[in-house]
Amino acid sequence: MAYIDLPEGLPGIRGPMAFRPETARYLNELAEVLLRSDDSTLTRGERELIATYVSYLNDCFFCQNAHGAIAQHYLQCDMNYIDKVKTNVHSTELSLKMKSLLSIAASVQKSGMDVTSEQITHAQSTGASEREIHDTVLIAAAFCMYNRYVDGLGTWAPKDRNIYVERGKRRAEEGYIDFDLYKFN
Amino acid sequence: MAFIRVPEGVPGIRSLAMFRPETGQHLYALAQVLLRGDSPLTPAERELIGAHVSARNNCLFCRDSHAAAARELFGGQRDVVDCVIENKTSDSISLKLKALLNIAAKVQLNGRAVQPEDIGQARHNGATDREIHDTVLIAATFSMFNRYVDGLNSLTPTEPAEYAQMGKRLASVGYVPPSESQKQ
Repeated sequence: MAYIDLPEGLPGIRGPMAFRPETARYLNELAEVLLRSDDSTLTRGERELIATYVSYLNDCFFCQNAHGAIAQHYLQCDMNYIDKVKTNVHSTELSLKMKSLLSIAASVQKSGMDVTSEQITHAQSTGASEREIHDTVLIAAAFCMYNRYVDGLGTWAPKDRNIYVERGKRRAEEGYIDFDLYKFN
Repeated sequence: MAFIRVPEGVPGIRSLAMFRPETGQHLYALAQVLLRGDSPLTPAERELIGAHVSARNNCLFCRDSHAAAARELFGGQRDVVDCVIENKTSDSISLKLKALLNIAAKVQLNGRAVQPEDIGQARHNGATDREIHDTVLIAATFSMFNRYVDGLNSLTPTEPAEYAQMGKRLASVGYVPPSESQKQ
């Protein structure tokens, strides 16, 4: 049970969002721009993968599965591939640019001050633009917020990982603004 | 120097919001509603929670700007800000606020570090669901702001007078995105 009295049956961040719609609005607007806007040179799948990776490093079960499923849908891969990115990104066939961006995201997860100028230079040498570096840092930082919001209030989340996968396609299509908080299924 | 080409001479998150106004507008709106909007916690208490988390994340820009805002808002009781930043205890901080600052410190580590005992302690001292919610979200949000500011190595002024000025502005006008304040 969550630490505060949240609307029943809503998993993960949905409970706190229903509890306080005034803040939920901007949390969702931010996610929409960061993860779905069309003016990014990172694909939606790549951006969801950064979100999933950071949520995994923060050990946030709900976020890593909810966003892992959306990434899985965009990238047309299976859960094993998502798990491989989380646990051993170097063994994957991700581009050098994505690997260098995920390394920056992992540093941000620890602390902003962990990011080194060498990491930035390396990312640029693999073709990352300033906008891509900016967006990677902000996605990683934002998920350090979402993850803490979800776990810091002790919210409930379905244990079966397949439940998230089944919903990944719809989550991807509906986005972060026009969706019914009360309708998870 | 910042890792990306942000406007020169502009400090901290302000420079990042100018680099990317599409995300900046929502970050400022979130800060405004969380720190100035309707809440059972005063704006001074909420700024203090933000400064506390920023101090623990070693984010000097956020720590000093929000500590300055908290000092302005606390007025005559501004000494509590220095106690919290320096991790000293003070009788002028209520037991409820101490318990909420403890929850914020746990959130700073990781959401999962918050234990039922931490919540129980806050409730025992009179904290409501809304106060616990707002504390957790403020602490989580500063865990983002701090990483954003330092992860891109944005400009961190060293002059205390600059922060005092920022504190006055934050206390009087709140959080206005650079794009809007330029129009004024």
